[in-house]
Amino acid sequence: MKLRTLILGLCSTSALAFAAHAESITIATVNNGDMVRMQKLTDDFTKANPDIQLNWVTLEENVLRERVTTDIATKGGQYDVMTIGTYEVPIWAKQSWLLPLDKLGDDYDAKDIIPAIAGGLSVDGKLYAAPFYGESSFVMYRKDLMEKAGLKMPDAPTWDFIKQAADKMTDRANGVNGVCLRGKAGWGENMAFLTAMSNSFGARWFDENWKPQFDQPEWKKTLQFYVDLMKADGPEGASSNGFNENLALFQQGKCGMWIDATVAASFVSDPKNSTVADKVGYALAPDNGLGKRGNWLWAWSLAIPAGTKKADAAEKFVSWATSKHYAELVASKEGWANVPPGTRSSLYANPEYQKAAPFAKMTLDSINAADPTHPTVKPVPYVGVQFVAIPEFQGLGTTVGQLFSAALAGQSSVDDALKQAQDAATAAMTEGGYIK
Amino acid sequence: MARAVTNRHKTIATIAAWIVALLIFFPILYTIITSFKSEQEAIQGFNLIPSGTFESYSEVQAQSGYFKFFLNSVILSVGSTILALLVAIPAAWSMAFSPTKRTKDILMWMLSTKMMPAVAVLFPIYLIFRNLGLLDSRIGLMVMLMLINLPIVVWMLYTYFREIPGEILEAARMDGASLWNEIVYVLTPMAVPGIASTMLLNIILAWNEAFWTIRLTTTDAAPLTAFISSFSSPQGLFWAKLSAASTLAIAPILIMGWFSQKQLVRGLTFGAVK
Repeated sequence: MKLRTLILGLCSTSALAFAAHAESITIATVNNGDMVRMQKLTDDFTKANPDIQLNWVTLEENVLRERVTTDIATKGGQYDVMTIGTYEVPIWAKQSWLLPLDKLGDDYDAKDIIPAIAGGLSVDGKLYAAPFYGESSFVMYRKDLMEKAGLKMPDAPTWDFIKQAADKMTDRANGVNGVCLRGKAGWGENMAFLTAMSNSFGARWFDENWKPQFDQPEWKKTLQFYVDLMKADGPEGASSNGFNENLALFQQGKCGMWIDATVAASFVSDPKNSTVADKVGYALAPDNGLGKRGNWLWAWSLAIPAGTKKADAAEKFVSWATSKHYAELVASKEGWANVPPGTRSSLYANPEYQKAAPFAKMTLDSINAADPTHPTVKPVPYVGVQFVAIPEFQGLGTTVGQLFSAALAGQSSVDDALKQAQDAATAAMTEGGYIK
Repeated sequence: MARAVTNRHKTIATIAAWIVALLIFFPILYTIITSFKSEQEAIQGFNLIPSGTFESYSEVQAQSGYFKFFLNSVILSVGSTILALLVAIPAAWSMAFSPTKRTKDILMWMLSTKMMPAVAVLFPIYLIFRNLGLLDSRIGLMVMLMLINLPIVVWMLYTYFREIPGEILEAARMDGASLWNEIVYVLTPMAVPGIASTMLLNIILAWNEAFWTIRLTTTDAAPLTAFISSFSSPQGLFWAKLSAASTLAIAPILIMGWFSQKQLVRGLTFGAVK
């Protein structure tokens, strides 16, 4: 009896010692299909690293952004790995809030990361966040309605074609809108779409000296085209439609075309959620013949805050979650179509992936067509395709988004909206010390 | 004739009450209905008859353990309420039975703190919590929730205490009761309905508090508000899952409210009609 007690005691002591040795890291993330899938597959990581325990905090995008910003700015140290986007990475890296990722392992193959994505996550040639999944935007359209309209969608359409097709596809009596586009105000909502669109019209937020450019003809052309198109062929109440609202409309068969994130392809083509799953075609985002397309570039990425005390364990996790091995793991458990897209060139060279994801080529072409360092026709002093990677942009982008949303709703004219946007941008840039 | 009019009035009043009650309850009812739909059904416009699938519930439970969050919600709401009562009963007693010139001003000042937008003090509070090592701790959040709801608790108790004749307390004092005995054996038993309804209301307020509970916790102390928020997605329509998570989060407090509604209403209307 005594011996048994002794053995039990020894076992529990060693278990306690082991538990004390195990390091736990806290990962802040957003709620989307790919991230949820990763949480389910972490056994693979913890088996290989039994001394690292993973804690997850899943939050809505805006709350996550606010929380991680608060934590990182106050060096709260609540998180060891953070999920952040291409907007935050260059700003935070410059503030020395993030650790450079230089110990991702010998077999990580960082050169395999798609150059456009790696460029957006690097500062001075150093990678500060590893992309978990990348996305661009493209045109999703109803093949049946396009055929009915007697048109054929080119692989790389122009804005004029989009307008022509939208006019023909609009069938108000049957509740079909030719085109659905974002109208809800917000730097990540309508301004993501409109900024990317404006690039293809040759517009830019600022010139090389940070002078706001809303008083230039390119912005007038962009906004006028958008408002006219939406008035003629867009859904009712479009000024309050964001990603999710348009997704619902498209899935219910109420949109002929929808220009939005490439990630939407997996939703609209899923028969469980979409009534038009077998009728959807894809094309590159439109252009105007100026050499730039109206598509954006975004990557949800894993970064390590400078305040963490568990940098090694955190980097091991980041390396695992963004590795080729992880892609193979997802493929073996859930099929190639569910592998996080848009980060590694090798995935797009994989014939099995090409077969499983019909939108693969279009996604890669869209990502490659966006260049965060040269987003528009004329030179700019900033990084970012559908945003400007400066701290002031969140506030300014939302203000301008509200003005443009009001123009779409008919509450103000295009000229008024642009004039007010120019004033707001000038004030913000002056206050920020960019211009005098 | 008079009886007929009274009856008609009664019927109209009953119908009106039902309409108002349904209007108020409808969003919750629709959330519950949506939680039993598939994702495709959930986005296909207004529909009151679900297919009755439990798919969303099993997915929600598989995605994140409900019970850990539930336990935290119970500990935080009950704990903060007990703390609040411990502070508020003596405070309300002194304001009700030995008021000074400044009592009214203090009461107004306490209430005015509720008018401040919470986000204005996010950074200072966050820094205090960080420096005291209280981030993601139940104790820290309990104190925070207690402080947030304290003005309302003091105000409610003050109103109830004012209804109790001061002479009874005086009589107790004449009989040699100490201050402690006076509060514990005389005042508290007389104010039980008031204290109970304050307690219930405070538990509901603490249960539903979403700003601080989401911002000051990560994993260990995260309550059901953080659980719901983890199902809100900016990309993708997962309304059925979100509804299932919301239903699971509101169910306990809804059931508690249902069972204690008599007590709650009695307490809230205590002294309203004289």
